[in-house]
Amino acid sequence: MSHIDSLIAEDITAYLEAHENKSLLRFITCGSVDDGKSTLIGRLLYDSKMIFEDQLDALERDSKKQGTQGENIDFALLVDGLAAEREQGITIDVAYRFFSTDKRKFIVADTPGHEQYTRNMATGASTADLAILLIDARKGVLTQTRRHSFIASSLGIRKLVLAINKMDLVDYDEAVFKKIERDFLEFAEELSAGIEIQAIPMSALEGSNITGASDKTPWYNGPSLMEYLETVPVDDARISAPFRMPVQWVNRPNLDFRGFSGQIASGTIKPGDRVKTLPSAKETTIERVVVHGGDLDEAVAGQSVTLTFADEVDTSRGDVICIASDPAEVADQFQARVLWMADKDMLPGRRYLLKIGAKTVTATVLDLKFGIDVNTIQDKPAKTLGLNDFGVITLGLDQPIAFDPYDINRETGGFILIDRMTNNTVGLGLIDFALRRAGNIHWQALDVDREALAKQKEQKPAVLWFTGLSGSGKSTIANALQQKLFGLGKHTFVLDGDNVRHGLNRDLGFTDVDRVENIRRVSNVAKLMSDAGLITLVSFISPFRSERRMARNMMVDGEFVEVFVDTPLEVAEQRDVKGLYKRARAGEIKNFTGLDSPYEAPEDPEIQINTVEMTAEEAADQILNWMRERGWFEA
Amino acid sequence: MWGTTQIKQNWANSLTSQTHLDRLEAESIHIMREVAAEAENPVMLYSVGKDSAVMLHLAMKAFYPSIPPFPLMHVDTTWKFREMIEFRDRKAAEIGMDLIVHTNQEGIDDGVGPFTHGSAVHTDVMKTQALKQALDKYKFDVAFGGARRDEEKSRAKERVFSFRTAEHRWDPKNQRPELWNLYNARIHKGESIRCFPISNWTELDIWQYIRREQIEIVPLYYAAKRPVVEWEGSQIMLDDDRVPPELAKTAVEKYVRFRTLGCYPLTGAVESTADTLEDIIQEMLLTTSSERQGRTIDRDQAASMEKKKQEGYF
Ligand SMILES: Nc1nc2c(ncn2[C@@H]2O[C@H](COP(=O)(O)OP(=O)(O)OP(=O)(O)O)[C@@H](O)[C@H]2O)c(=O)[nH]1
Ligand SMILES: [Mg+2]
Repeated sequence: MSHIDSLIAEDITAYLEAHENKSLLRFITCGSVDDGKSTLIGRLLYDSKMIFEDQLDALERDSKKQGTQGENIDFALLVDGLAAEREQGITIDVAYRFFSTDKRKFIVADTPGHEQYTRNMATGASTADLAILLIDARKGVLTQTRRHSFIASSLGIRKLVLAINKMDLVDYDEAVFKKIERDFLEFAEELSAGIEIQAIPMSALEGSNITGASDKTPWYNGPSLMEYLETVPVDDARISAPFRMPVQWVNRPNLDFRGFSGQIASGTIKPGDRVKTLPSAKETTIERVVVHGGDLDEAVAGQSVTLTFADEVDTSRGDVICIASDPAEVADQFQARVLWMADKDMLPGRRYLLKIGAKTVTATVLDLKFGIDVNTIQDKPAKTLGLNDFGVITLGLDQPIAFDPYDINRETGGFILIDRMTNNTVGLGLIDFALRRAGNIHWQALDVDREALAKQKEQKPAVLWFTGLSGSGKSTIANALQQKLFGLGKHTFVLDGDNVRHGLNRDLGFTDVDRVENIRRVSNVAKLMSDAGLITLVSFISPFRSERRMARNMMVDGEFVEVFVDTPLEVAEQRDVKGLYKRARAGEIKNFTGLDSPYEAPEDPEIQINTVEMTAEEAADQILNWMRERGWFEA
Repeated sequence: MWGTTQIKQNWANSLTSQTHLDRLEAESIHIMREVAAEAENPVMLYSVGKDSAVMLHLAMKAFYPSIPPFPLMHVDTTWKFREMIEFRDRKAAEIGMDLIVHTNQEGIDDGVGPFTHGSAVHTDVMKTQALKQALDKYKFDVAFGGARRDEEKSRAKERVFSFRTAEHRWDPKNQRPELWNLYNARIHKGESIRCFPISNWTELDIWQYIRREQIEIVPLYYAAKRPVVEWEGSQIMLDDDRVPPELAKTAVEKYVRFRTLGCYPLTGAVESTADTLEDIIQEMLLTTSSERQGRTIDRDQAASMEKKKQEGYF
């Protein structure tokens, strides 16, 4: 279970005492695919004697069966635990492994190098104090090397080990090592300031410079990897920062006790301290710092505690308790850097849930200012952010939150974005600054154009134009479809004879000229409704091809959908729901379509519905499917 | 020696730097509070073992002075050691938390048991299926489990908030990113989350914490003279009269203890005289085989744990 320590056998109590007071270092391995990350972790576990005999037997068996090293041990198999990973010989998701030495206890996250799984790398990096960035000595600095170092440094990792690996494959050549080190340092100047970089030449496979100095690299005088990990100072910046604690849970066992439970994000707190709860900005004094087993005189960043106040101050989950003399900022709009982690693009105008601390609010992406090219760390123009893209955005919230800029306080400046439909975590964000104080409110002017209006409704506008004989079933189908769209949360409107002819077109009759004017007006109304972001269902006989073409040309490309409700005249006449055919035959109605006025059937409608063979329900489903297949509901 | 004063002193030390146990404890408490605040109907799966003992202790600390705001649930296969059941009932009463005990009645009716049906069928019916039944029956949306990442390779890959479909399936290739300590507990109706607050603890951390906090554990962890028989390559304890008679005849008294606790016919004993925590820890640190080796179920097939979990095993 652990490295061999003679104290274990001789004086277990003394050993436990020593072990208990060891500090903890959390680190990750990252870098491009196949650079040897998993192999390195396997090697570290092996060399620090963390592998049990039964696990070693299994490793030897697996290496022969699935390994990449022939008859030799493939250390990566110690960490690549998923069946799919072992089959493909790559890492897909983070593995967390644990080991300890005389000096320290370690939690290491082995992250995947494959670009597709970058979000899993970010998952590992977000809780790490240090990153080991692996580079294959034969390949040098690659795009993924840069992407990972950029993510690590953006997330606030300040210690970087540049592990130039597979030195065995380049004859432990100093020149190769130096060149890669130089290349990387040049690139690193673009990363956030204050990053310490230690380059180490190594072979994870052969174990060179892993736990001790290797005789293969006489030209290298720096520390071995393990020496470095055991001694690198990890100062906890959180402790010296001003006090912050997001309230996770209000603790009310009885009427006499009301406490606020949370994990201290930064700073220290003791009874008597003046605090402010945000965003309400009410001040009070800390009465007790409660933990199981007795109150504390003082508590520090990292501890999970329960605080009580001297006065009744209304505080609930999500509020942030701050030291009164130096509180966090409060705002409902800010600029942030985001890493996008979903297959579906991030688009300006879209709304997500944002979780920061213990608070979840609704956030709208106001603007995507620019993307970031991970190769050069320079801005690049961008309209959307795709999977693994980095960009700078502005966000508007439905209510103000308390925060600190991420670079000042990691605990109170990081957030995640959650898709409201799928509930997936789709982005991570780092707050840069508030756009304005919430006190001054007023939304920043968003261009309220047709795109914004459609996005607000989370849909793609459409004009579904139902054409067909009188009594063919246009309105019945349009109404059935509207029901279904409504059920999907879509915003719709039906334009038909009932609501147009009695008002807007009251002055029009059924002559050819009037019919054309009728359609011209209806088309214009439909166009305005589509500009407003609606899905408009137009149900008019509209017998002439040229008028339907006019309507089509008026709409935005792709938004006009001609639905031919194809019912033969005999069938429509036989149904004669409104008794109109009978009256027309009797000569009471003139210019009746299909009888004494022509109906020009569409030549190439988007959708054709055979009402003889299906019900209105089925017809509505046919249209719905057509729309779904063309991505109408992905907005 | 390890009473309140000692704990206070630990806190005092931590003013400069928290020890790794302090950090782990604070993290676990944070996780439990998130669940209590965000879940509609959470439950803590209590298996009566040492990890559950630590998890329960952490829950007591997390919500103090309140009682943890969720019930405990034990999936009882009816083949657990008798001492475990006694311990379970006493603990729940002491703490004042509700205890739900669920057994797969269909399995009982079919007479499923390890001696008659083998370990794989028994575990599937009485443990995996029983757990799914219970979660469906009570409509729990989040269930705490005491699994640790150091136990097994596929566990090392699992998130703290581990998402399950309405069919209780885990998709290891499509896990939600988990950033910082911001956990996304949002799910659709019918879906659920398995939450592992002690993910980052190792076996040694557990024992050290039990020692530091003086947590009571089932006496089976300590060595004592017990009747054991050899079955399917393991030494199992003669805990009741359901062991087949011809096997029971071979029983011998030995000094043994258990590194994990489960169904007694499936839990291999190790020969040991370690009867104090220090001795147990010493033995564990010097041992050359892993904790799960005693568990028959993991050896049944390669990648067995990942597969079982995809099917709903905790
Ligand atoms: N010669 C040599 N081969 C190595 C060394 N380190 C790793 N390898 C081999 O490189 C291949 C990839 O190693 P992995 O450890 O799986 O690489 P990885 O970086 O974890 O890959 P992903 O996680 O999939 O990105 C394996 O065949 C290793 O055996 C080394 O130092 N020298
Ligand atoms: Mg790997």
